[in-house]
Amino acid sequence: MAGDGDIVGTSAQGARGRRGRTVAEASAAAPGPLSGAMLEVQNLRVHFSTDDGLVRAVDGVSFALDRGRTLGIVGESGSGKSVTSLAIMGLHRGGSTTIEGRIWLSGEELVAANPARVRELRGAKMAMIFQDPLSSLHPYYKVGDQIIEAYRIHHPKETKRQARERTIEMLTRVGIPQPAVRIDDYPHQFSGGMRQRVMIAMALVNDPELLIADEPTTALDVTVQAQILDLISDLQGEFGSAVIIITHDLGVVAELADDILVMYAGRPVEYGPAVEVFNRPEHPYTWGLMASMPRMDRELTTRLVPIPGTPPSLIRVPPGCPFHPRCRYAALVGERCRTEVPPLREATTPGHASACHLTAAQKASEWSELSGGNGHGHTREPVPQGEVEA
Amino acid sequence: MTEQINTPQAAAAPSGGAAATDGDTMLQVTGLVRHFPVTRGVVFRKKVGAVRAVDGIDLSVARGHTLGLVGESGCGKTTTGRLLTRLDEPTSGQIVIEGHDVTHLRPGQMRPLRREIQMIFQDPYSSLNPRHTVGAIVGAPLRLQKVNPSGGIKRNVQELLELVGLNPEHYNRYPHEFSGGQRQRIGIARTLALRPKLIVADEPVSALDVSIQAQVINLLEDLQDELGLTYVVIAHDLSVVRHISDRVAVMYLGKIVEMASRDQLYTRPRHPYTVALLSAVPVPEPLTSETGERERRHRIRLEGDVPSPLMPPPACRFHTRCWKAQAICKTQEPPLTELIPGHQVACHFPENTTEASQSSSEGAPQPA
Repeated sequence: MAGDGDIVGTSAQGARGRRGRTVAEASAAAPGPLSGAMLEVQNLRVHFSTDDGLVRAVDGVSFALDRGRTLGIVGESGSGKSVTSLAIMGLHRGGSTTIEGRIWLSGEELVAANPARVRELRGAKMAMIFQDPLSSLHPYYKVGDQIIEAYRIHHPKETKRQARERTIEMLTRVGIPQPAVRIDDYPHQFSGGMRQRVMIAMALVNDPELLIADEPTTALDVTVQAQILDLISDLQGEFGSAVIIITHDLGVVAELADDILVMYAGRPVEYGPAVEVFNRPEHPYTWGLMASMPRMDRELTTRLVPIPGTPPSLIRVPPGCPFHPRCRYAALVGERCRTEVPPLREATTPGHASACHLTAAQKASEWSELSGGNGHGHTREPVPQGEVEA
Repeated sequence: MTEQINTPQAAAAPSGGAAATDGDTMLQVTGLVRHFPVTRGVVFRKKVGAVRAVDGIDLSVARGHTLGLVGESGCGKTTTGRLLTRLDEPTSGQIVIEGHDVTHLRPGQMRPLRREIQMIFQDPYSSLNPRHTVGAIVGAPLRLQKVNPSGGIKRNVQELLELVGLNPEHYNRYPHEFSGGQRQRIGIARTLALRPKLIVADEPVSALDVSIQAQVINLLEDLQDELGLTYVVIAHDLSVVRHISDRVAVMYLGKIVEMASRDQLYTRPRHPYTVALLSAVPVPEPLTSETGERERRHRIRLEGDVPSPLMPPPACRFHTRCWKAQAICKTQEPPLTELIPGHQVACHFPENTTEASQSSSEGAPQPA
């Protein structure tokens, strides 16, 4: 099944409303995983057909992730970050969704895989934590029974007693006090932070290779958020899973992520090591996110620099660079921003790619002006001259 | 820091160090209490307890200033906001707005004062009636108060839309045609319709994306300069509060535990809870050691969750989670006292009292 040479896979089961899917661009994707990473996503496209038109929720996302590493996917609502993760998990709605591209998990291709096989993998090799722990736990069942169910589905030979012991062990590891008692409590008897711990215990009960956390702390208070972020990073060290953390909060990714993927309007706009992306961001959208955030670790600026306008509709994504209508720097480039989609490519630093028509020198000088000019980044060292040259 | 800003904001921004006693007082609250009774039984309803949502708070806001109210969920900050706008009836205490005691006014008596006090709500989706046009929504306060602005209501509404950065031609559109940030602007236009003096904003930007948040924060600041508004901003996001407030009050389980000017509070927090809260805020900058290894930021880890306001811990309410707690914290409640002028703390063992900068002020700005 894996590596069968079929370039474009689709999991769309029903043909209703499906638009013509193209085989184009897929030639860029190799028939097998390129890097040998544990998870590799190649040129992923997820489109939904709706009454209003085709929603290009994800449009050409590629990344690779190894065990023990954390990828942070950052973007605003509607940037396609959650859809990317749902597509990896095979949780998209089949009838109206078209998926193109390749997802390799430990050498096994998921996009074209049999749904039954994906179901076997889901929960066992890849697991997910959602934003709102209250609505992702069933209110009528004891939390222990929900975790036991998740365990026994993938371990049918184990007895109930063994599963219960495993569940108590997991609850202990995620820091729930009195796990042997709390295992028989219902979700409403837990606080928000404790519920999220239960969700993490459930996700990790089968020791998955990949853990996807979709806004895991957005619903939580800041002190509880700190606890959960520490827990995720501790458990990652313990279990060695690969983690994808999806969030709109740059602070959260800075705490956890090794690599960062910034998404805008379904497209990847910047991808690279966290330290690089934070210290030398290359895309005007990333600059905009950083400048628009009130920050506690910096001197107080009198005024925030917002990104003008609003994110585009994913049905009518602007031609050319999707960010050009909101970009302050489009004038520096001119017509190309409106007509030509900038490819995601490395400009100066290996492994740090951005999708922008600005030259490397322009990027470096604009960012240093932006980060110096408004009080942000006054602790940064200037960009070394060698890196300014393209 | 070189600021190049073309608005009057930079010059007009009130100095953060100014205490609320400067100028005249817009809002004065003393001993405000709101207990929600918990009852059992249907026929013979018995009061079995009370959720002590707000349990005796004092605060004052000077005209033209901004008070930030921060705390975790369940600390009573939203209830406080609802009490200030008299959307809820206080159990006891006193609220004085511009010299008028509004604590127990009946709805009819309150109505004329509603022009002075308005509220901005958190969720721009549920706070706008989906079946009303923008014109009807923004004009509603004028109609309800029977205000006839010169030039007519429609003209006035269009001016308001322009003021908040919306196209006046969108008068006849419906809320669903707007994005979240634009809807929040519609809500703000409605708030401003009656030219209020005091605005209570309950989580005004928490439902918005980061890039849009900045637009709305700037708008609120511009409007304050332009119209001389007084704000009470309720938020859980400490960085947002730092950005827009002159004074900040930190709430924990229905009480104010610390209140100070913004700069004092963020650079030298005194209450252990404030210190922990500030250190818990994730900093958007990856921490690396000299060798380039990723490191984890040192922060104060608070154990457990906020206790239930149904049965708050006795004496100091924070003692169950506090790393400095001693016997006295369990028996004697620390009063909110002024340690230095303008800086009030309710703690037996406040932080940052002797040394200028202790290592415990992690979340505070580091010197460059």
